[in-house]
Amino acid sequence: MADPLDPAQSVAEQAATIPGDGQWPVWEVFTQSEEGAPHEHAGSVHATDAEHALQNARDVYARRGEVISLWVVPSAAITASTRGDAGPFFDPGADKAYRHPQFYKVPRGVRGL
Amino acid sequence: MTQTRTAPQDDPAKVAEFEARIAAGQSIEPKDWMPERYRRQLIRMMSQHAHSEIVGMLPEGNWITRAPSLRRKISLIAKVQDEAGHGLYIYCGTETLGVDRAELIQQLLDGTAKYSSIFNYPTLSWADIGVIGWFVDGAAIVNQTVLAKASYGPYARAMIRICKEENFHKRQGYEIVATLANGTSAQKAMVQDAVNRWWWPSLMMFGPSDANSPNTAELIKWKVKRRTNDELRQRFVNLTVPQAAAVNLTLPDPDLAYDTESENWSFGRIDWDEFNQVLRGNGPCNRERLAARRKAHDDGAWVREAASAYAAKQRAKQASEAA
Repeated sequence: MADPLDPAQSVAEQAATIPGDGQWPVWEVFTQSEEGAPHEHAGSVHATDAEHALQNARDVYARRGEVISLWVVPSAAITASTRGDAGPFFDPGADKAYRHPQFYKVPRGVRGL
Repeated sequence: MTQTRTAPQDDPAKVAEFEARIAAGQSIEPKDWMPERYRRQLIRMMSQHAHSEIVGMLPEGNWITRAPSLRRKISLIAKVQDEAGHGLYIYCGTETLGVDRAELIQQLLDGTAKYSSIFNYPTLSWADIGVIGWFVDGAAIVNQTVLAKASYGPYARAMIRICKEENFHKRQGYEIVATLANGTSAQKAMVQDAVNRWWWPSLMMFGPSDANSPNTAELIKWKVKRRTNDELRQRFVNLTVPQAAAVNLTLPDPDLAYDTESENWSFGRIDWDEFNQVLRGNGPCNRERLAARRKAHDDGAWVREAASAYAAKQRAKQASEAA
């Protein structure tokens, strides 16, 4: 199958990856609501390319001035951990109480720690 | 009951683990294991909901060119655009369950998918636009506020987004209604007529009564629904009766009465035969709505083709520059 993200493919191959029925590739949309805030996942759009995805994301997820920045990422480019593997995968972080401040004893009356 | 409703390939141990997660109030995410039946129920509910948003643009779109002022026109355009956005939020949520949007849209165009029965009624006067915002969006908000706590994460998040935006829909509708209700006697008669026509179909929007709703028990067990159809319908009636009184409009139900014990407004019998007829495709506008939707889809084909051709050309250009 042709890779829609590979610019080295022939025009014919690329055109074939973009069907006319609206099933353009899916892009995940991340929005930032204000300066300094993180970008958060908002949803997805279908689009032919990155620029088109940005425009669609603006029309779908930013109609009320509540967004100051948008990211779009091809869904296929996201690798995610799975719930089934969450136990062993996150286990290394689960038993290290000494990474939390509450682990350490402070003499009574000492402030600012 | 559970046995017959659970698809045979589901591992009982996994089902038990899944139901324990639901009982603990956890949110189910796209890649999590879920019973096949849960997936199918969600695809059914969410796609019908998305289709309703899209078809819902049609009765209101008819009035954009005839809105009585610029203020009303810009509001109506914004509302109709929101409905398109809401359809897209929910289609995108439905796709996380492993179906393609194109497939769902094809089902809508083929006439094999359902959408809310309310949109098969005609919008005969400008007052209908006010009453739709007040009743239909009001009913949708009652429904969606509860769906915002649904166990499936992408559905719940789409609902939160939609609820935030729909409050404007309801208020703009009520403003139209209140303005007409305070207007000339002809305007008042027009808005009362719209109320008379939309009241019962709006109550039907919540779906069959609990006794005749085969899906409810399972959907409540899995916390897709958090309230039954009848509970939501009652909440809508309780909210709406005082709003009608505030603008001196009468709801067309002689049996409407306040019950001090339950603190509910009790109401008359809903004509379920009419509801079933509309669901079966025999409502006043079923054929017209689908024809309009198909025409819009066909008329938009050149835009989709042009976007694809443009993207292919841009890629070719980038490829030749890179070479």
